[in-house]
Formats: sequence, structure tokens, C-alpha cells
Amino acid sequence: MKRIKTVQTRDLKKSLKSGGCGECQTSCQSACKTSCGVANQQCEKCVSGK
Amino acid sequence: MVHCYKLNGYNIVLDVFSGSVHVVDEVAFDAISMYESTPKDEIKKTLLERYSHLEDVSEAEIDELFEDIEELKEDGKLFAPDVYENRAFDLKNRSTVIKALCLHVAHTCNLNCEYCFASQGKYSDNNEFSRDHDGHSPLMSLEVGKRALDFLVENSGTRRNLEVDFFGGEPLMNWDVVKEIVKYGRELEIVHNKKFRFTLTTNGVLIDDEVIDFANREMHNVVLSLDGRREIHDRSRKTINGKGSYDLIVPKFQKFVEKRGDRGYYMRGTFTHANPDFTKDVFHMADLGFTELSMEPVVCKPDDPYALTQEDLPIIFEQYEILAKEMLKREKEGRGFTFYHYMIDLEGGPCIYKRISGCGSGTEYMAVTPWGELFPCHQFVSDKKYSLGNIWDGVTNKDIQNEFKLCNAYAREECRDCWAKLYCSGGCAANSYHASGKVTGVYDYGCQLFKKRMECAIWLKIAQGEL
Repeated sequence: MKRIKTVQTRDLKKSLKSGGCGECQTSCQSACKTSCGVANQQCEKCVSGK
Repeated sequence: MVHCYKLNGYNIVLDVFSGSVHVVDEVAFDAISMYESTPKDEIKKTLLERYSHLEDVSEAEIDELFEDIEELKEDGKLFAPDVYENRAFDLKNRSTVIKALCLHVAHTCNLNCEYCFASQGKYSDNNEFSRDHDGHSPLMSLEVGKRALDFLVENSGTRRNLEVDFFGGEPLMNWDVVKEIVKYGRELEIVHNKKFRFTLTTNGVLIDDEVIDFANREMHNVVLSLDGRREIHDRSRKTINGKGSYDLIVPKFQKFVEKRGDRGYYMRGTFTHANPDFTKDVFHMADLGFTELSMEPVVCKPDDPYALTQEDLPIIFEQYEILAKEMLKREKEGRGFTFYHYMIDLEGGPCIYKRISGCGSGTEYMAVTPWGELFPCHQFVSDKKYSLGNIWDGVTNKDIQNEFKLCNAYAREECRDCWAKLYCSGGCAANSYHASGKVTGVYDYGCQLFKKRMECAIWLKIAQGEL
């Protein structure tokens, strides 16, 4: 596409089928302890699959 | 829903419900911004007028752009519909296991940080360093620690990876018990086919070679508290005698991290109204040789002198942009570092279940006091009405737990039209509670900071991809 460049991302709708294993880290546990978000978390399956 | 924003010369479009990210030119940016609210012929007319000075903006070019937009819509990458809202509660509560505990092994501290949300480690206004108002010892016994791990295993279902954070107060003030709890955890792993990931959060005062060796062998992650520049750090992170702790701890942290190799760690700082120019502190940490950095906005009451103000907000926004640009610059120079809130993995990030569920406080994550009482997370420990139960009898206060089960990315009316809800999952329940009186309320100040961080994080990821 001439004017739109799409960055490779995880398809959230597809993750309805592939996700939900629950093995990922608890968001607040790693560093912040005070301002939770999940965007910077990693998928355990994706990490172990690399 | 889309979120279109401009940053550092980039035009970025986030498609909220698919998670797609697009980098577009000015013409496409304007077209997409108007696409769902304006008839196409009007969009075309506006674009032809606005970009009449550009040779490649013609009717045919705009028709081609519309075709591209429609193609992305068909592929589910632009204006994707929200297919999660009606299922949000079930998506979050599909699993009911507990997978993480924050063990408060010491409700006492050897520093006297003025802004501490844990009231200098005591989690109350009690002035005694011995027992609290209820007669509880400030140190967790080995018996309580072992029972906490048993409780976690018993409630973890088929979940294999279990997280345990040694927290305080200052956990190194109860170090012998920490080591014995770890030893017990390793025994449980074999019997129950589990994997404990231990984290140690410490202010560094009691770090010595023995602590370094043990932690680097056994701790999956260590969180080391440093606020940055000496004068900033020492202003609030003081010893009991009122002296700054910077010179005491920085050499210890450097040795700790150097010997840690490639194992995970974070240098974690807090910024306050005293240093809204916190990037100087982040860069200071990087210049000290640390590469895994986190800097958090202070959590305190609004009337506290350390509390961030509305006047600080534009300064902080600018600081987040400065940080992203400097990180890109340093990466180009071969001296990059990571910033916790900018660690965004667009391809391997969280699935939709995680994005809806959030941190799991009160459901899959709980805090355990030195005497074995359960709270939804470490930030609720000082609030008796949020007591969930204990590690012997389990969760008995189901009403409170049910409040936390309702916490998800769709729980708050204020988040209905927010583009960031699948990045923050509705935010921190403790922050919401302290700001609004409800765990399902909203901490608007935190929302504004979060959204700015996400915009910068995604920009940085795109720019790094072009290096």
C-alpha cells in the first residue's frame, strides 16, 4: 500500500482461540508494583516458542 | 475504534480491537481520522483542498486510498469490531487459579523513605518497629512462609509457573527466612511439577556477597530501588538516622548487577513532584551502567507534598517523549537501555484474555502479610476491610473477591470510548480505589500518564524497527 504501512502485530481476535493459557507473568509482579498495565507483558507461549 | 496520533514526525494509527498498528502518511492519516464519521465524497473534497499543493493527491489517488482502507477493514486490521465486550466477565474468570503471591516477609524497613506507600514498611501509622496494633510480629516466620507456598500450590490448578515476590518493608531484614522459603519451594517443585519464579524487591542496604550469590542463583528477577541522581534519591530515601542512602547502595547494586549476568533485574525508581524532570534520573541510572530501568510515578495522597500535580502533567508528558527519543539515540550509538513501560512486544504481547483481565489482583494474585493474612495485593494490605482471608482457611471474604472479579477492561463506564483499555486492562485497582473510593473507579491522572507512555512506547517500537 502506498500510504499505509502495517506493522506486524499479534491479532487479538485470533488470540481468543490461541490464548488464555494463564502461564504469563502477573502484571504488577515484575517491576512496577504501583501502576499496572498489561501492554508491556509478554505471552509465555510466544516467548518459549522463540 | 481507532486512535490516530502524531509523534516525532510519525503518523500512527492504532486499531484498538485487532491490536493492529499502522504508520501512514498525512493524507491517509486525515482520511482514516474522518472515515467512520464523514461521507466519502466529503472526505475526498477535504483532502483535495487540503493537499492541493501535493502532486500525488488526485481523485484517483484518493480512490485508491479508500480501496486500501476497505481492504484493511476486510482483513480485520482497521475499524475491527469489538467482539469482546459481552464476554469480558467470562474471559477474565474462565480460570480461577492463584498463580502469584507477594510475600510480605518483613513489615519493617531500614530506610525511612518519606513517600513510601507502605508507611516506611509498617503498612500502618503505627510508630513501633516491634509489634503492630494487633500484636503481630513484623517478620514472617518460616512456618507462615512455607504454608504460603503450600497454599499457592494447592490453589494453582494445572498452572505450572508460579510467582513469589519477597517484598516488605525490606525483605533482607528477614533474609534467613527468605532463603529457607526458597529451599522449601524447590522441594515443592519436584513433588508437584511446578516452577517457582522468585523475585526479590530490595532497597539494597543489606546487600552483601552472600546475598548477591544466593539471589543470582535463585531469584528469577530482582527489583532494586534507586531513584536516580544522588540529590533526588537522598532527598527522600533516607536511613533511619536521616542520612541519604545513595552512596551506601549504588556500589552494592553495581556489583549485584555485574555478577548477575543475563538474569533479569530492574532498577526501579519513583518520581515525585520534586522531580517531574525524571528522565535525568533515568539517564543517570543508565550512565551508572544499569540497562533494565523502571521509573514510576509516586503513589500517595493528593495533599502530600510529594504528590504529582496538574501543573506537573505537561512536564511529565514532555519527559516521556524525551525519554523515547533518547532511548532511540542511545540504541543507535550502541549503548541502549530498556524502560519497563516502553517494553512492548507487538508480535508476542499478551493475548486478549490477559488484556481484558489485567493484573489479577484479588483473584490470581494476592499479598500475604507476615502473619498469613491475605489481601488482594500489596497496596491493600493496610486496609482491614480488604482482608480476604488467610493462608490456612483460604479466601473467606467472597464479597471482596467478587469485587475484584468484576475488575476488567470493560468494567468502567469511563473507559467505554478509551482507545487504551486493551493496553491497560482498566488500570490498577489500588490506584482506582485511592482516587475514587472504588476498585472499579478510575484514576484519571494515572490514565493520562499511561496513555502518553503507550503512545511513546509504540512510536519507539516502530522507530527501532527501522534501525
